[in-house]
Amino acid sequence: MSTVTVIDPTMTATREIEFRDALREAMSQEMRRDPRVFLLGEEVAQYNGAYKVSKGMLEEFGPRRIIDTPISESGFAGMAIGAAMMGLRPIVEFMSWSFSLVAADPILNNAPKMLYMSGGQFGCPIVFRGNDGAGGQLGSTHSWCVEGLYSNVPGLKMAIPSCPEDAKGLMTTAIRDDDPVFFLESERMLGMKGHVPEGDYLIPFGQAKVRREGTDCTLVSFGRPVNFCLDAAAELAKEGISCEVLDMRTIRPLDIDSIVRSVRKTNYCVVVDQSWSFGSPGSEVASQVHQHCFDDLDNFVHRVHSADVPTPYAFNLEQEYLPNARRICEAVRSCLYRA
Amino acid sequence: MLSEPSTSRPFDVHGKPGERTSAPAATGRRDAVDPALCRQWLRDMLMIREFENRCMQQYQDKKIGGFCHIYIGQEAIAVGCTAAVRPNDPIVTAYRDHGHALARGMAARHCMAEMFGKIGGCAKGKGGSMHMFDREHHLYGGHGIVGAQIPLGVGLAFACKYMDEVIDGQPNSRVALAFLGDGALNQGAIHEAMNLAGLLDIPCVIICENNGYSMGTSIHRGTTMGHDIISKAIGYGIDGYVVDGMDVLSVYHDMSAIVEKCRRESRPAFVDMRCYRFKGHSMSDPRKYRTPEEENQYASDDPIGRLKLHLEERGELTEAVLKEMQKEIRDEVREAIAWSEASPEPPMSELYHDVFVEPHGPFNGTSLPQMLQGKDLR
Ligand SMILES: Cc1ncc(C[n+]2csc(CCOP(=O)(O)OP(=O)(O)O)c2C)c(N)n1
Ligand SMILES: [Mg+2]
Repeated sequence: MSTVTVIDPTMTATREIEFRDALREAMSQEMRRDPRVFLLGEEVAQYNGAYKVSKGMLEEFGPRRIIDTPISESGFAGMAIGAAMMGLRPIVEFMSWSFSLVAADPILNNAPKMLYMSGGQFGCPIVFRGNDGAGGQLGSTHSWCVEGLYSNVPGLKMAIPSCPEDAKGLMTTAIRDDDPVFFLESERMLGMKGHVPEGDYLIPFGQAKVRREGTDCTLVSFGRPVNFCLDAAAELAKEGISCEVLDMRTIRPLDIDSIVRSVRKTNYCVVVDQSWSFGSPGSEVASQVHQHCFDDLDNFVHRVHSADVPTPYAFNLEQEYLPNARRICEAVRSCLYRA
Repeated sequence: MLSEPSTSRPFDVHGKPGERTSAPAATGRRDAVDPALCRQWLRDMLMIREFENRCMQQYQDKKIGGFCHIYIGQEAIAVGCTAAVRPNDPIVTAYRDHGHALARGMAARHCMAEMFGKIGGCAKGKGGSMHMFDREHHLYGGHGIVGAQIPLGVGLAFACKYMDEVIDGQPNSRVALAFLGDGALNQGAIHEAMNLAGLLDIPCVIICENNGYSMGTSIHRGTTMGHDIISKAIGYGIDGYVVDGMDVLSVYHDMSAIVEKCRRESRPAFVDMRCYRFKGHSMSDPRKYRTPEEENQYASDDPIGRLKLHLEERGELTEAVLKEMQKEIRDEVREAIAWSEASPEPPMSELYHDVFVEPHGPFNGTSLPQMLQGKDLR
């Protein structure tokens, strides 16, 4: 739970594939190895997936295991939970996590509570996955970052990969996990290319990864904004500020030990979280860092979130709304008293 | 093929006299059931009745907390439906669930202890009255959100079919039963679930325990086409049936035919199971929304009285047998209460138990409740 993976032994290979291919590879490999695994959702089969994540899977696995559903998020999420209670391992694709709001009852009230309220009788091994966060100018209703809402609920796990390699490693772990996993992808990253190991590849939950080592300030993030942090760190390096970028990879469970270790080294911490600031994963991380590193910190934990407004459509407003590299740089300078 | 309740009496909470439903004609088949089986059903129904009466007392005595929904008046449905399916056909229901748990075979003590919030309860006291689960008897809850259990029930049936087709490669042809109330007909989730079941050929029998009221709202105040609710299912391409839920023989015969058809054709069905709840919605309901005249009329339709009469008419029930049965049941429920009182409260380690399967952080894994330990659960 607390080991920081800095050097990855599988990095010797150089095969590069897209984020969406990495997701598909994980799902397909798991479906080959375990007949209990199946995929359902809107347009996942005949249309090959609204974002082509499931491209070709209908051909390989057939309509009994790659299942097109009508636009009934509440209905098919609930149906999949019933199937999971009987021991199957459904993967439920939400075209966007924004649309999961109409399925809030089954995904929050049933899946994460079933084991508890049945006194250990019925678990719910299920993966809910889909695009999360602002896409490209999709406006207010289609740009939800559900981690702010859903991570509040006990009984679920939440994985948010920031690169193709993690997309595969975390997805494989998610499918094999016996508890419900909320898997948050980003439409903006589906085309991102990177090295992805072939074969079975699992990344344990609750293990942060140092994306960039540094000595002056710890940047804590997860999902797409990790990439904003890396851009910001490159920019700040030119000013002589050395940032350590920590990618949480899962926020439930949260690898607080790795954060604490890094903050004890740098004495400064900036949390970058795409969800809104009020009652968010970012505020939780900040609170825990204050608790564990009270004597180590040379300033309070600074936070960069999406602006506290509905997501705007206009290109310039949407860019400013996001926790972009410029806003991260400003927060780091401010935190380090260099503003 | 199915029986239809009479609409000629002054009070009919389900439909106004003269209003027709889309249901097929009645069979009127009520006999031909082995008298020993009938007596077993009588016992099961009396058991639920006694259990529920004692629950009400325990609630008044503050032994039971939270919400508690009493099944009295509807016993023929849980008992008749259970008799019509195989023991491993999965079932799921809403919060008015004690009857289903007992009919399925859960021991009264585990059901009562659950309500007492004791470790001996079916869910170790962590579920309560609305959340009865029993993996041994294929009862998948006990659910509190009106209508939410119907997508789950469709999922149970989906899983049965998936296992046949993808995993086992052989037809076990299990059918799931998913129960809901008439008020739940107005929840979006059940419409999504019916569409899915119709579309994907899912062998789930959706049973609406139509007691005419959703808390204080009569079906006609809350539901369009309240006199003909199967029309909603028919709109999703699902066969609908009206069944007299106050008569265990009708429930058994009609459900047997419906379930076997679903099993054979791998298709869903919808049942308008007409009934009446004799008590309030929950323990805090003074029932101001219905008249004593209406209640009295339905009291004369008591499913237990009807089965007794049927057995007596056939010369298959003597006063002595009935007395003995009632005594045994009273003793059994009394014992269940004593057992539940003696069962310890859940230890504090239970607070963080059963949250996740894999132990991590403060979460200390999961384990089966007492009642399932050592059981063969496949
Ligand atoms: C989504 C939701 N809304 C409201 C409630 C509160 N509530 C519990 S039972 C009930 C009435 C349901 O009536 P019906 O479906 O006819 O079932 P019955 O109680 O008659 O068995 C209501 C409004 C709830 N549990 N869930
Ligand atoms: Mg009702």
